[in-house]
Amino acid sequence: MQNNLTTPHDYPGKLFVVEGIDGSGKTTQLGLLAKWLKSTGHPVFMTEWNSSALVKAATKAGKKKNALTPMTFSLLHATDFADRLLYHIVPPLKAGMIVLADRYTYTAFARDAARGVDRRWVRELYSFAVKPDLAVYFRVPIDVSVERLLARRVKLKFYEAGLDMGWSSLPVESFRMFQGKVLEEYDRLVEEFGLSVVNAVGSITDQQRVFRRLVSQHLQIEHDEELVDESA
Amino acid sequence: MSPLEGSYFSYGIPYLPMESYPGKLIAIEGTDGVGRSTQIALLREWLEVQGYGVVETGWTRSELMQPTIDLAKSSNTLNKLTFVLLYATDFADRLEKVIIPALKAGFIVLTDRYIYTAIARAGVRGVDRGWIRNLYGFAIVPHLVFYLRIDEKTLIRRVLQSRGMDYWESGMDMKLGDDIYESFRAYQRVLLKEYSSMADEFGFRVLDAKRKVEVIQDELRRQIAAFLAESTAHPAFSRAGEPG
Repeated sequence: MQNNLTTPHDYPGKLFVVEGIDGSGKTTQLGLLAKWLKSTGHPVFMTEWNSSALVKAATKAGKKKNALTPMTFSLLHATDFADRLLYHIVPPLKAGMIVLADRYTYTAFARDAARGVDRRWVRELYSFAVKPDLAVYFRVPIDVSVERLLARRVKLKFYEAGLDMGWSSLPVESFRMFQGKVLEEYDRLVEEFGLSVVNAVGSITDQQRVFRRLVSQHLQIEHDEELVDESA
Repeated sequence: MSPLEGSYFSYGIPYLPMESYPGKLIAIEGTDGVGRSTQIALLREWLEVQGYGVVETGWTRSELMQPTIDLAKSSNTLNKLTFVLLYATDFADRLEKVIIPALKAGFIVLTDRYIYTAIARAGVRGVDRGWIRNLYGFAIVPHLVFYLRIDEKTLIRRVLQSRGMDYWESGMDMKLGDDIYESFRAYQRVLLKEYSSMADEFGFRVLDAKRKVEVIQDELRRQIAAFLAESTAHPAFSRAGEPG
């Protein structure tokens, strides 16, 4: 079949996605981007990974019983994604809106492969997805990510920390091992899918400046925003 | 090249390599109301009397997904793609937690429907046929697949005589006809055509399901007995269980 994920879409709207592990700051960056886009008069629609009502119940049940295998984890997220794609992503794109996605298919590619699911299979699984106009990967070393998460005193989530893999019973140690593998997978994806990489160690404002510059290449936006570097 | 019985259809599940497991996987396929469960109950009895351990499994029976699928069916908001994926999730759960462990332990697994039903239903709903086959590439090729073939007329009478027509079995979501009867007829017609088109591709052993229960059962037993005799007589030459 035609692989939609690698074929540019022809909807009037734009799809921008952010990718990166927990603690990379991608959600903060996407929030700031949305503020800017709205202030310039662009209608924006936000969508998050793993958030459709239908699948939330099953994911929760599976998580509670610790019953998800790498395959069922993968398929549940694909189900959720299909639901959101058809109800929350394609309609705003058809309406000419800007869709901002906090994580996209690349999250599945990275995590599922880190869990031992076949890379080719999961790519074909998501071949119905719409190709983003821009996918930005916020790359962060594992130490920085862990430091940020611990500083925020957030409890590491079971699957985020890869505790289902049984590599370590210590959440922080498990997180390091699992997300370390996820980072390796992301590095493969950068080239394969042409992700734009932002160094997520720099200041929030610097990163946002780079992010806005990348996005503005896809939009007609005046470059007089004070954050945007004139020399760019 | 078609994959070997007892191995994965395609890419498979890398973290669960399929070795030469002693169990056998036997699928009974056929549309709604064709008499699959009756045949399976009789087969189980017959196999157990002979001393074979039997595990039964079906479609949509996993603990993980049952509530979600029920919810989805009742709320009627599901589109075809999410439906297909929910069923695949359910199947993956059963494959890893029921089917593979049973095959490892040497059971004969009798499955009431298998991936073919999902593939046929998705096909008639316009889901890409290549995509759905890749999706189920993690499934295990059964050692035997029996397809209970029936014509639409006989099927309608049988279903009406037993439990009546149901919304989903009538494909009401596809809006093929104004009333449930018209819809059932139109839906089952295209579904039966889809199953038939898959017979060669997946090596179905086609059985005429218009005949009496006992006659069908006899034929099933003859074929299964022959298969079991061959695989126990020449285990080393059996194609079953070789890694894909």
